[in-house]
Amino acid sequence: MGRFVIRRILQMVPVFIGTTLIVYFLVTQMGGDPIQNLYGEKPVPDNIRATLTAQYHLDEPFFVRYWYYFSGLLQGDFGESIAQGRPISELLVEAWPETLKVAGVAFVFELVIGVVAGVLAGMRRGSFIDNLVLVSTLTVIAIPIFVLGNVGQTFLGQEWGLFPVAGTDDGFISYMLPGMVLGSVSLAYIARLARASVAENLRADYIRTAKAKGLPKSRVIGIHVLRNSLIPVVTYLGADLGTLMGGAIVTEGIFNIPGVGFQLFSSLNVEDGPAVVGFVSLLVLVYLITALVVDMLYAVLDPRIRYE
Amino acid sequence: MRGAKSAKWVAGAIVVALAATACGGKDKAEEGEGKAKAGGAVSVGISEPKRLIPQTTTESEGSQVLDALFRPLVSYDAKNQPVEDAAESVTTTDNLTWTIKIKPGQKFHDGTPVTAKSYVQGWNWGAYGPNAADGNYFFATIDGYDALNPADPDGEEGPKKAPEPTAKELSGLKVVDETTFTVKLAKPFADYKTVLGYTVFYPLPDAAIANIKAYEQAPIGQGAFKIEGKWDHNKSIKVVKNPDYTGTNKPLVDSVTYKIYQKQETMYKDVVAGALDVIPQVPSSELANAPKQFGERFKSSPASTFQFVSFPTYDKKYSKPEVRKAISMAIDREEITKVILNDSQSPARSFVSPVVGGYRDNTCGDSCKFDPAAAKALLAKAGGIEGNKINIGYNGDGGHKEWVDATCNQVKKNLGVECVGQAVPQFAELLTQVEQKKFSGMFRMGWIMDYPSMENYLGPLFTTGGSSNYYGYSNKKFDKLVEDGRAAKTSAEAIKLWQQAEDVLVQDMPVIPLRFGKNVFAHSKNVSNVEMDLFNRVDVTKISKA
Repeated sequence: MGRFVIRRILQMVPVFIGTTLIVYFLVTQMGGDPIQNLYGEKPVPDNIRATLTAQYHLDEPFFVRYWYYFSGLLQGDFGESIAQGRPISELLVEAWPETLKVAGVAFVFELVIGVVAGVLAGMRRGSFIDNLVLVSTLTVIAIPIFVLGNVGQTFLGQEWGLFPVAGTDDGFISYMLPGMVLGSVSLAYIARLARASVAENLRADYIRTAKAKGLPKSRVIGIHVLRNSLIPVVTYLGADLGTLMGGAIVTEGIFNIPGVGFQLFSSLNVEDGPAVVGFVSLLVLVYLITALVVDMLYAVLDPRIRYE
Repeated sequence: MRGAKSAKWVAGAIVVALAATACGGKDKAEEGEGKAKAGGAVSVGISEPKRLIPQTTTESEGSQVLDALFRPLVSYDAKNQPVEDAAESVTTTDNLTWTIKIKPGQKFHDGTPVTAKSYVQGWNWGAYGPNAADGNYFFATIDGYDALNPADPDGEEGPKKAPEPTAKELSGLKVVDETTFTVKLAKPFADYKTVLGYTVFYPLPDAAIANIKAYEQAPIGQGAFKIEGKWDHNKSIKVVKNPDYTGTNKPLVDSVTYKIYQKQETMYKDVVAGALDVIPQVPSSELANAPKQFGERFKSSPASTFQFVSFPTYDKKYSKPEVRKAISMAIDREEITKVILNDSQSPARSFVSPVVGGYRDNTCGDSCKFDPAAAKALLAKAGGIEGNKINIGYNGDGGHKEWVDATCNQVKKNLGVECVGQAVPQFAELLTQVEQKKFSGMFRMGWIMDYPSMENYLGPLFTTGGSSNYYGYSNKKFDKLVEDGRAAKTSAEAIKLWQQAEDVLVQDMPVIPLRFGKNVFAHSKNVSNVEMDLFNRVDVTKISKA
């Protein structure tokens, strides 16, 4: 296991370098003009353009610019955002906690409700509760997230006043509605995954054996069925954690949460290369780490899985 | 992006300007309640400001915040004329050297006195090239600017870097005594006093010069409000009443929180729910709902925006003025402002906005009158349009698709000429294509003034090499009239010359004037006396709790 982890961590290094290189390349090749973007519809004075071009190395060849960026990164310096004129590390420190809070609510929401609904539906196939889960999850999957967000915001926030409409002023409750909206689609998938896998495992030989041995029902379901049924769910959850952070672009926009999604969106809009790469790099790290954790959880859930 | 700047506006000005534009409608600039309460806290919605240093703030969000924190040298009266505010007097004998005396006894929020040096050091900081202040070019009129901003010897594209500036201070700025300084311009400029109301001419305290990065997170001004805490990025900026403020326009409320939003739609929902007090710009998607939802609290007032469509001079297709006039006459401006834009803008038939002194209604005359028959006849006389097809370029990120398509449909219907709206993802990209003469076709543009003067429209937009003259219009007679106006002895004389210059534009029709902007705003039941100035700013010294 130890060797497996070390190998995986070493593999992350080229993946990380490769991703930043590709993203940096894509952003710098967008063909726009980040300095003109700073000025909107106003002209950029020539002397200012010259100063900013030199300051951000905008006239250097691509690899030189990437080297400036990457060597800074090695020293823990993310560089400075062109659009906002502030250190990117500062932007990261402000944005990540916000996104983590929204994603955290979403994650807990989808994990708890999704697994419970899925297990209940799987255990009583064909029952009312099973049909309810199937129909409601299908509905949620079919609706685009910005519709869910706007409808939720208008009714639960603006009309009925159950949640704050937007912003983060009200502490924890501010993150509830955005988190639930963000997690809703994944919740539907998790419920369906859990249902299928529980239904399948209920018919497995080892469950029949367990029942025949006279084990209490709670133990049969809680330990034998659940443990084996959770493998696909955990795989999905792991990949989903990264999606939650990146996918927050829509939700954060609707609910006015100054997180990663918002920063990424606005940086992309103004072709602020260094800022985009900074945020994407951390997203990549999140994916890599969750993928590793998921792989390690397999072994916990199913002892037959071994790592060499 | 919403733009530009400056000065405090008085209620009367809005009434006068409203009458001039005849766009009164729902607005009641003077609520006439007369029982404005003192005290309390209010909130105003904004987007994240780009910067918060006066000399580098040229967009409306940052200038909204700085407007609360600073007191300008001059503000503007009902007739758009500059009146002394932080300045005691602004005098000149030759329009070349200006003596500015500031009112004594003013203090920055950190307790240090406001002196002539505060202005001079602030302006020098803004003018110094390597600081890359957005408002840098405003100091170009001052003597000695070139030494702080040496030109790149082989142009922007060349391999050589611009040389280091040879000076750190403008030779045209001189401190005379504690409260007096002089400004020597490179060329005489009759309307210079008007310019001084702009944000970039606010003073900077010593603390700013010592550490400008730290200063920007909590700007220190000498205005009616002072900042509480720091700029909480992407969340909020809170300002509280400044007890030491000596100006006459003392604020009524104790504090104003600028809540920062990413989307106007969200801001709108928050105002409806009562979690926010003022939305300075109702999003276009809600324009139809807003009157129902807000009633009397949905308002409009004039703004300085000017929307037009310009002709590329490098494209022979549009070289005949008759062709340009025919296209202009085929456009029904009223229908578009009403049906597409829900009256959030008003039709334009002049080349300068009604908000500046010297504006004349309908200078464009017959060329801007909707007359399909005459338009067809004029086009036929000019020999038609090459290929019988035109296109109008616009930036796809700015919500222009609807009106561009509608305009094209009108041209198609009324002129029998094929017309296509051509979206370019971003405005910056459109400008680049135009500058490199790669864009074939007409394209939309918008202008927001920096200071209320005809010159601020005519100069940048239409003079040869003007900073925003992307379409390359050039007419020596026009250039001379604008230049002569700048050098005129008095503002009245200057206006006469500029009006003659505008008449030249009418003959040449380098652009088609389409619409003038309005502030279209709404507020919650918690506040009253909500007014907005020509620079898209809420007047926070007037606002009060309901």
